[in-house]
Amino acid sequence: MKTQDVRVLVMRVGGTNCDAETQRAFTELGAQAQVLHFNEVIKNHSILDYNALVFPGGFSYGDYVRAGAIWATGTLTKLRKDLKEFVEQERPILGICNGFQVLVEAGLLPAFNGISEYPKATLATNIPIGYRCKWVYLKHENSGNCIFTKNIPKNKVMHIPVAHGEGRFLFAKENEKRYLQKLYDNDQLVFRYCTKDGDYPNGEFPVNPNGAFHDIAGICNPQGTVFGLMPHPERAFYGWQLPDWAKTEQAPTFGDGKLVFESMIDYLKKRF
Amino acid sequence: MSRYVKKDVPFELVEIDLKTADDGQLIEISGELGIGLNLTEMKLVQSYFSRKKRNPTDVELQTIGQTWSEHCYHKTFKGDISTPNEQIRSLFKTYIARATEELDPDWCISVFEDNAGIIDFEKNYAIAAKVETHNHPSAIEPFGGAATGTGGVIRDILAVWADPIACTDVLCFGPLDYDYSKLPAGTKHPKYVYSGVVAGIGSYGNNMGIPTVNGAINFDESYVGNVVVYCGCVGLLPKDKFVKDTRAGDVALLVGGETGRDGIHGVTFASAELTKESEEISRPAVQIANPIEEERVKRAINRLRDAGLGSAITDIGGGGISCGTGEMAERSNLGIHVYLEKIPLKYQGLAPWEIYVSESQERMLLSVSEKNLKKALEVFETENVKASPIGKFTTDGILKVTYKGQTVAELDIDFVFNPPKFVGTTDWQPPKLDEPTFPEPADLTKELWGMLSMPNIASKESVIRTYDHEVKGNTVLKPLQSKYGGPNDAAVLKPLPDSWKGVVISSGLNTNYGKIDPYWMAASSIDEAIRNNVAVGGRRIALLDNFTWGNPQKPDRLGSLVSACKACYDFAKGFQTPFISGKDSLYNESPIGPVTPTLLITAIGITPDVRKTVSMELKQPKNSIYMVGKTYPELGGSQYYQNKGILGNTVPKVRMAQAKNTMDQITKSIDNGYLRACHDLSEGGLAVAAAEMAFSSGYGIELDLNKVPRTEQMSRNDFVLFSESNSRFLVEVTQKRKTEFEALMKGVYCAEIGTVTNDEVMSVTGLDGKQVLHADIPELRRRWKSALGGK
Repeated sequence: MKTQDVRVLVMRVGGTNCDAETQRAFTELGAQAQVLHFNEVIKNHSILDYNALVFPGGFSYGDYVRAGAIWATGTLTKLRKDLKEFVEQERPILGICNGFQVLVEAGLLPAFNGISEYPKATLATNIPIGYRCKWVYLKHENSGNCIFTKNIPKNKVMHIPVAHGEGRFLFAKENEKRYLQKLYDNDQLVFRYCTKDGDYPNGEFPVNPNGAFHDIAGICNPQGTVFGLMPHPERAFYGWQLPDWAKTEQAPTFGDGKLVFESMIDYLKKRF
Repeated sequence: MSRYVKKDVPFELVEIDLKTADDGQLIEISGELGIGLNLTEMKLVQSYFSRKKRNPTDVELQTIGQTWSEHCYHKTFKGDISTPNEQIRSLFKTYIARATEELDPDWCISVFEDNAGIIDFEKNYAIAAKVETHNHPSAIEPFGGAATGTGGVIRDILAVWADPIACTDVLCFGPLDYDYSKLPAGTKHPKYVYSGVVAGIGSYGNNMGIPTVNGAINFDESYVGNVVVYCGCVGLLPKDKFVKDTRAGDVALLVGGETGRDGIHGVTFASAELTKESEEISRPAVQIANPIEEERVKRAINRLRDAGLGSAITDIGGGGISCGTGEMAERSNLGIHVYLEKIPLKYQGLAPWEIYVSESQERMLLSVSEKNLKKALEVFETENVKASPIGKFTTDGILKVTYKGQTVAELDIDFVFNPPKFVGTTDWQPPKLDEPTFPEPADLTKELWGMLSMPNIASKESVIRTYDHEVKGNTVLKPLQSKYGGPNDAAVLKPLPDSWKGVVISSGLNTNYGKIDPYWMAASSIDEAIRNNVAVGGRRIALLDNFTWGNPQKPDRLGSLVSACKACYDFAKGFQTPFISGKDSLYNESPIGPVTPTLLITAIGITPDVRKTVSMELKQPKNSIYMVGKTYPELGGSQYYQNKGILGNTVPKVRMAQAKNTMDQITKSIDNGYLRACHDLSEGGLAVAAAEMAFSSGYGIELDLNKVPRTEQMSRNDFVLFSESNSRFLVEVTQKRKTEFEALMKGVYCAEIGTVTNDEVMSVTGLDGKQVLHADIPELRRRWKSALGGK
């Protein structure tokens, strides 16, 4: 398919608040992107009319239970069949920040053996505790499986901001080792927090902004078509969004976040 | 017999016997009902009902009490004031609005009229701006008070059909290390208030997805009993979608949250002094926040606007539905019939008056024509927002309220919106203050260390990082600059995807100067707000004023308020920066006295191209550092003196012609691309500004005090380093552009005073040619960052 034929659905519910800038990232690259309220999707639309699905950032339904849990339940209740088909057809699903939390709560990630009935991981309260908005460095760990980072060289260090209070990626203690091995075996590990020079903080704040296990910032499913991450690539899309763009006489045109959206569109162009 | 007669209806309704009440009894009634009306006002009410030949109901008296409160009607600013030299009819008209009227800029679309000021931006888009105070609720319940303050100001933006794009917050607390044993009864410790307020603001803005991009935190003993919380919001609106055209027959549609007992008498509470009983008595006056509800309301209103389904909108804030319905009818010269039973409640058991005045949050009022009603209700349903037709606009100019078929209020709108004038007298005497005499300290490096960790100067990173300042992805210049989180002077947003035009948001606050002279305090705040804006590339600046003062019935408080208002006129006019909106909060007094006069000036500028924005950190070794503006021996109220426990009296002034000229030339230098860095000089003066520029960059700086443009009598190194004279900037220029820059700056005080170095050291040569300050940059950074817990 051609770029201009790519149809992306950015879903939102009450409390979602990063839909507009996420939509902008796709339209800037020439794709079609539509923002629709979940209620409208259920009533008048089908996700299967779209080539890709995005759960953007925010506080869906206030996140009054665990972050992402309410929207995940709602999505599964209303869209389970369509969602399964969507994933099986290897159409891409992207979850950013709250969207990542939704994908994990819905069992779409890490999805070692397909969509799991119960969450296999969690995004727990930050350590140190509290909401935090800051720019972090991420190291690209994927060896080519993740379709959202195909255009990014392995080990590239990227500069992208985080803004969340619940972003500490965890497995249950007893599964930690086994699941981590699976992430590596299946090439599901995508981003880890690191220093500017690419060194891992081993959980240490502030380089690891939330205490995430193994400094994990983003993972994909074994097929590489469902991807969730805590950092916000849509906030690092343009050069003028970067925190230090004013340092140079000529600001860069784009930031590292653009690579994620570009890779996804390239995949769709080749695949469908 | 009791003056309160319970009516024979199946709900709580009380008639109050005003007919026979004498003066003392009128005051008693006002007190017993908690409506805060004074004798003159109560007498006017009495004569109104005697003309009507009946007694009022509790709903009616409550409605009048809410509408006539200082908070809703701003009686003091509209009142008659006698000063020793003159009679002032309306402070607001004479000083605040007059500057705008005389300047009459064609880019001001709506000033002082609507819930927010509206100015032109780009093509079909305008900017709306509003700043609110939420002091008293925050003193009682810091988290809820601050959160609902943010929620309230966001609704003001929604109430002009704008989409909120940024929030600001300026906070004043008592010292965090305040001695517990000195706390008056019923007063919460500043540390508790601080953490609650900060969390409340962050929670509301973050949950709604509106970036909090600009603010300030100030500490002073006078805020121990009465915290000051300013919440601001800026919005973007398509000009052709603005509509304010309620017609008779239109439906009054209440949307958003349900109504409960939270926030009863919020406005009368806000218009009184805080006492040790406030905690107990006024707890119900504090509202409860639900930002997700407001997020949904925002979405629905944006859709309604784009589809053109509403005929007018206002927010339900202070005074609740009683004020909202009355105001909407009044501004269209209509009447309204409200059916109280149609208002959705959180729980049963509320008396009609409680339903009518409750300030439960996240509610908006719209007028919608009959033919658009069905479509409008569909929009709200899709967004999961409750929408209830609660009344109808009429032609008769009467505010009629019924509950389950029974009339509970019937008032002439003309009467409700014409309270008696406030009358006040002023008596302000300048305090007798001495300029201190102490020898110049031998070690100025240590002085600088001490100043960088003063709470008013130290990094606020530990607070700012808890606010999402990046959401919406439009923040071009952030509150924390680059790697080391430098303190940028203003925030720059790029709200439109297809335009490089930016919105520049900054603020000015100089509470310490007000202790010496409120006139120069106001002038300095205006200068500071404007120079912060100009420093990053802002121009065509509009101002917002927010006064937080003590009880205006006390002549000294009123006198200082008048002085500050005069400065507002003089300097808004002089800088050609019109006021577009404002809000005052008076009666900020607690058992430890009034708050120090606190004027916040918020400046909203624009920049034609965000790519030309200049940040504050040094950029490149070997570049030259220039000082723009002149330094005077003005250390009264300075942080330098404060660090020594002194106030002094040489308060900084603003030399109007010189100040305007300086700002204009800075704008031209930015447009010509001469400035690599630019930082305004404020608290802590030259030394602090230079240190901030250096430790935010990773480079060093060398300065020579002898080259600083200054008055002849300035012979002390510490005074040149720490004077807080207004209208000054420190700028960085490359060697290549020096000649051009210097040519442009002819006619302005400007001199090359140093260079950027590669060695992470700040070094200053004194007036006698000897080194007077030598500091390691990482050490300066550490002291500045860690004082308030930053990392």
